[in-house]
Order: sequence, then structure tokens, then C-alpha cells
Amino acid sequence: MPLDTIETNGRNDMAQAAAAVDDHGHTVTGISNWKVGFWTFIASECLFFGTLISTYMVFKGNAVTGPYPADIFDVLHTTVSTTVLLFSSLAMVLALYAVQRANKKVAIFWLLVVIGMGATFLWMEGTSYLKYIDYGLTLTSSTFGSSYFVLTGTHKLHVIIGMVWMSALIWMIARDRIPPAKAETVEIAGLYWHFVDIIWIVIFTLVYLIQ
Amino acid sequence: MSVTQNDAGGATGHQHEEGHASAMFYVWIGVILAVVTAVEVGIFYMEALSSIEVPLLILLSASKIVLVVMFFMHLKMEPRFITGLFMSGALLGTFMVAALVILYHFLRPLQVISPFAGG
Repeated sequence: MPLDTIETNGRNDMAQAAAAVDDHGHTVTGISNWKVGFWTFIASECLFFGTLISTYMVFKGNAVTGPYPADIFDVLHTTVSTTVLLFSSLAMVLALYAVQRANKKVAIFWLLVVIGMGATFLWMEGTSYLKYIDYGLTLTSSTFGSSYFVLTGTHKLHVIIGMVWMSALIWMIARDRIPPAKAETVEIAGLYWHFVDIIWIVIFTLVYLIQ
Repeated sequence: MSVTQNDAGGATGHQHEEGHASAMFYVWIGVILAVVTAVEVGIFYMEALSSIEVPLLILLSASKIVLVVMFFMHLKMEPRFITGLFMSGALLGTFMVAALVILYHFLRPLQVISPFAGG
């Protein structure tokens, strides 16, 4: 096949691919590129946290020295922090609901609630960390300590990133940069926050309840 | 309230918004999540249920995840393509955790080497 023919076919392929995307960045599936990309990121995060949870599950019962999970975990304390995080997900979905209806003040209010609940969760978990350290459980004390702090610490890092993201959204909404037509910006941040919530649902059951 | 899943290639992002539920619906989902969490903790403290504690807790945890994904993340209203995308990662992750737990806790428990052991 002549070289110029191949080049022309290449251009045709690119033109067809470009035609699959409309002016609003939606693919032929009807979903925006951002949303498809973000769901793919969430799927990859499932595997990322899967490795951390696997590591914890394998090592938690094999620590040579204490303290052990049953010695230190305060399930009632963690239940309260878990409930706070669950309700922050509700606040997030209500923020999106308000943005879709051009209700700027309500949207900002619910996003502030999300940040507040995220901060409460971090504070409660932080006090637990201090208590565990007092009991002698540290990142290097045992395989249980290492895997526990890496798993829950990575989750808390995700919560912090989510809070920074929510702060940016508040700033954008306050400056009228997110009208209802661009509500997907908040929806994608919501997907992230709900995913962080889902991971904690798994951690709460596998780490704290099934000891 | 109408929450239905679209076929692949069916709807645009704007059409998705029309299918969203009312604010009160989301509040009820939040309440159900809190109640299920309370039931989980109740099961944890009930000695009588200790023999079936693990499958019960996993079942309740899975039901909470389904509620969050379907309604808070609106997966129920997204095209099936997105469901497949999410489920591919979620199922692979679940398989990996299950496989390693079965391997190391049931088939070949780790041999703990104590630093205090002689020899």
C-alpha cells in the first residue's frame, strides 16, 4: 500500500474519532470524558485499596508482639466516626442536588458540612491513633501496626485530599464558576467523596468488626 | 421518583440529571445506612450470633456499599458501560482480598518466626 494512502487512512480514523466527541466533550456512550475517566480511576483505586486491605488481612493475626487488634480497638468510638463519614456522603449528594438547581448558598452550606464532617472524622481517628501509640502500637512495632497504619493512613490522606477539593468547589461556586450546566464538576468530586466513604465501610467491617 | 438505568449509548449527562431522586430520598438512604451500621455493631456485641457473625457483617457491609454506589454515586442512572467499568475494578479487588485471605489464613497460614525463639 502506498505511503500516502496509509497517511490518508490515518487522518480518516482520527476524523472519525473526533466526530465521536461532541462539542460538550461527550463520548459516543453519552457520558463525558471526565466522568468515564473518573470512573476508571475509581476502578483502579479499588485495586489499590484491595492490596492494602489484603496486606492487613494477611498480617494482622501474625504479629509476634502486641498490642493486638482486640486489645486496643474501641468499636463504639469508631462507630461514631463511621456514622459521621456516612452522613458526610449525604451532605455531598445534597450539595450536588443544590448545584443542579442553581441554589448557590445551599450548595456552599452542604459543602461546608462535608468539610466539617471530614474534619470531625479525622479528629476522632487522630485521637484513636494517639491512644494506640500510647498502648505501644506504632508503624514499626509489629506487622499488625505497619499494615494498620498504612491502610488507615492512606484512607485519611484521601479524606484530606477530598476536603481540599471541596474547599476549591466552594471557592468556585462562590464566584459563579459552577452554574447548573457545569454541575458535573461537583458530581465528579462527589464520586470521589462517596468512594472514600465506601472504602471506610469496608475498613470498618474488616478491620474493626471482624477482629 | 424515577431511578432507572440507561442502556449504553442512550442518554447524555443532562438526561441523567432528570432521573435524579428528591432530596428526601437521599436523606432516607442516609438514615438506612446509619441503621445498618447500628445493626452491624449490635451483631458485633451479640455473643449468640458469633457463629454467623462474619457472613452477616460482610452481607450488611455489602448492602451499604450497594446503597452508596447505586444512589449517592448515581450508578443506577448511568449507562451499563459505567457499571461494568466500576464492577471490573471492584470485583478484581474483592477477588484479590478473598484469594489472599483464603491462601494465608486457611490453606497456608504464615509461619511466624519469633525473634525470641531458640535456634
